Amino acid sequence: MTDLATPQERRAARNRWLLLAPALTILIIAASGPLLITLVYSFLSAGDYGGVEWQFSWSAWFNVFMERDIFDDTLGFSDAHLSIFWRSVKLSLMTTLLCLFFGFPTAYFIATRPKKQRDLWMLLIIIPFWTNLLIRTFAVVELIRNEGTVNTLLIWTGIIDEPIQMLFTEFSILVGMVYVYLPLMVLPLYASMERLDFSLVEAGYDLYATRIKVLRRVILPLVKPGVIAGSILVFVPSLGAYVTPRVMGGGNQLMIGNLIELQFGQGRNWPLGAALSITLLAIVMIALLAYVRTAGEEDTRHG
Amino acid sequence: MARSFNIRRQTGFTAIAMTCFVLLYMPIILLVVYSFNSGTSIAIWEGFSWRWYQSAWQNEQVQAATVRSLVIALWASAIATTVAVLAALATTRTRKFKGQSAVFAMINQPLMVPEIVTAVALLIFFAMIKVATGYTGLLYLIIAHSAFCIPFAYLPIRARLQGMDLNLEQAAADLYATPFQVFRRITLPQLWPGILAGAMLAFVISLDDVVITEFVKSAGQDTLPTYMLGQLRRVVTPEINAISTVLLGISVTFVIIFTVLGKIKK
Repeated sequence: MTDLATPQERRAARNRWLLLAPALTILIIAASGPLLITLVYSFLSAGDYGGVEWQFSWSAWFNVFMERDIFDDTLGFSDAHLSIFWRSVKLSLMTTLLCLFFGFPTAYFIATRPKKQRDLWMLLIIIPFWTNLLIRTFAVVELIRNEGTVNTLLIWTGIIDEPIQMLFTEFSILVGMVYVYLPLMVLPLYASMERLDFSLVEAGYDLYATRIKVLRRVILPLVKPGVIAGSILVFVPSLGAYVTPRVMGGGNQLMIGNLIELQFGQGRNWPLGAALSITLLAIVMIALLAYVRTAGEEDTRHG
Repeated sequence: MARSFNIRRQTGFTAIAMTCFVLLYMPIILLVVYSFNSGTSIAIWEGFSWRWYQSAWQNEQVQAATVRSLVIALWASAIATTVAVLAALATTRTRKFKGQSAVFAMINQPLMVPEIVTAVALLIFFAMIKVATGYTGLLYLIIAHSAFCIPFAYLPIRARLQGMDLNLEQAAADLYATPFQVFRRITLPQLWPGILAGAMLAFVISLDDVVITEFVKSAGQDTLPTYMLGQLRRVVTPEINAISTVLLGISVTFVIIFTVLGKIKK
């Protein structure tokens, strides 16, 4: 191949890599490189005061899902870790479903506005998307904390006497994540609904389909790529969420992100933290790959 | 049929959409409203005052964190935008080249890898360097921010570049302009809305970052978001609301300018 390249082509290739060099250098220093080191760390043994001993060990990977009983030395699944993994997956799935429930009609509503209005409605979705995640989480905290707006209002109207404990529960994490990630669902849904061909919908009605039937049999299959893209976009960051469960869960409702942090703080088990990070990354990559494959299949089927 | 039948309508959808918008904005609006509360409560309104803005303004920790946030965001967005322009020039309007997908994977890595994973990886790597060199300054945060800002700067610049007319550059080259002259006089003037949009996105993204900063920062290097995260553990006063409102204002302004920039055609 290279032998066949003309001098011009070779020069173009050299220029290309020269132009790419600064960006790639920064990314290697502060993105890809550290990730590889993390992978290496997951195979080392933990130092006594944090950090690592440079000694090969499987124990971090072993500890991701398993633990040795301190009394009789038998092996078993690590209940603590499994329950945190389970909570993360469960809450992320519920977040995705709730975002879909709220996001689908919202995207549909925007897509069926007159063309001039659509950008304005979308701006209302985009603004929260670009505002600080911490601030948005905090805004929800203020709403649902014991002395927050909702409880104050309920007590004032006499519906309840004591504030309802909503903060620091799984419920509050779920509310926070739905709130924070909802725009991520609406954006791709809107993109696919905007191109929806309403003559097909009309044809459905001409053939005596009900509104629900049209929704299920005509609209839903047509916007399926948007539904999948939105679900992935919500599910992936939910699974790796750190800020929202930390602020909303109050330290006793951990998710994977918080479990990872714990290993670098009180836990002082950096290799385990590294192994948990790689595990999370692997799950996310599997989800993304599955998405790329379904998206690819959709393309070939239509094209 | 006498009554007109709207084929676009779906039962209940408008109601859910409206609920959605209300739920999306109610917490933010309340947050802003209570930043002007004269009392210490964030749920009981006691009257209007600028009190919490003044107290935030005079809070030395907030001052230091604000300056630090701005310094990091300015450096990171400048660096990220510069290298993103070069990278966009190298990867747009060319035929498929060897290693192309690897390059795209690397540029987009900060978007795909969960933030907590990147944060932990940087903590591990920078801890090694900190031990080896003894340097604990702001440079770590600036490099980390630059890296995750690159895709945000790159995407709008690339989008702009793809929509541009190649003929003008060809014509300039035909008229014996050097490649640098072509870039400066033809490409850059057309590209600037994309560059500005990318730089602004990068700036907002850097300014808002919590997770990576929280893990990379050395002691006493709080930025505004990590300062706020620390404060949330204590009793919260509307001072946090005041800081949030200012940050919200910056983001909203930038998003609106960004949207307008996107509409500028050639």
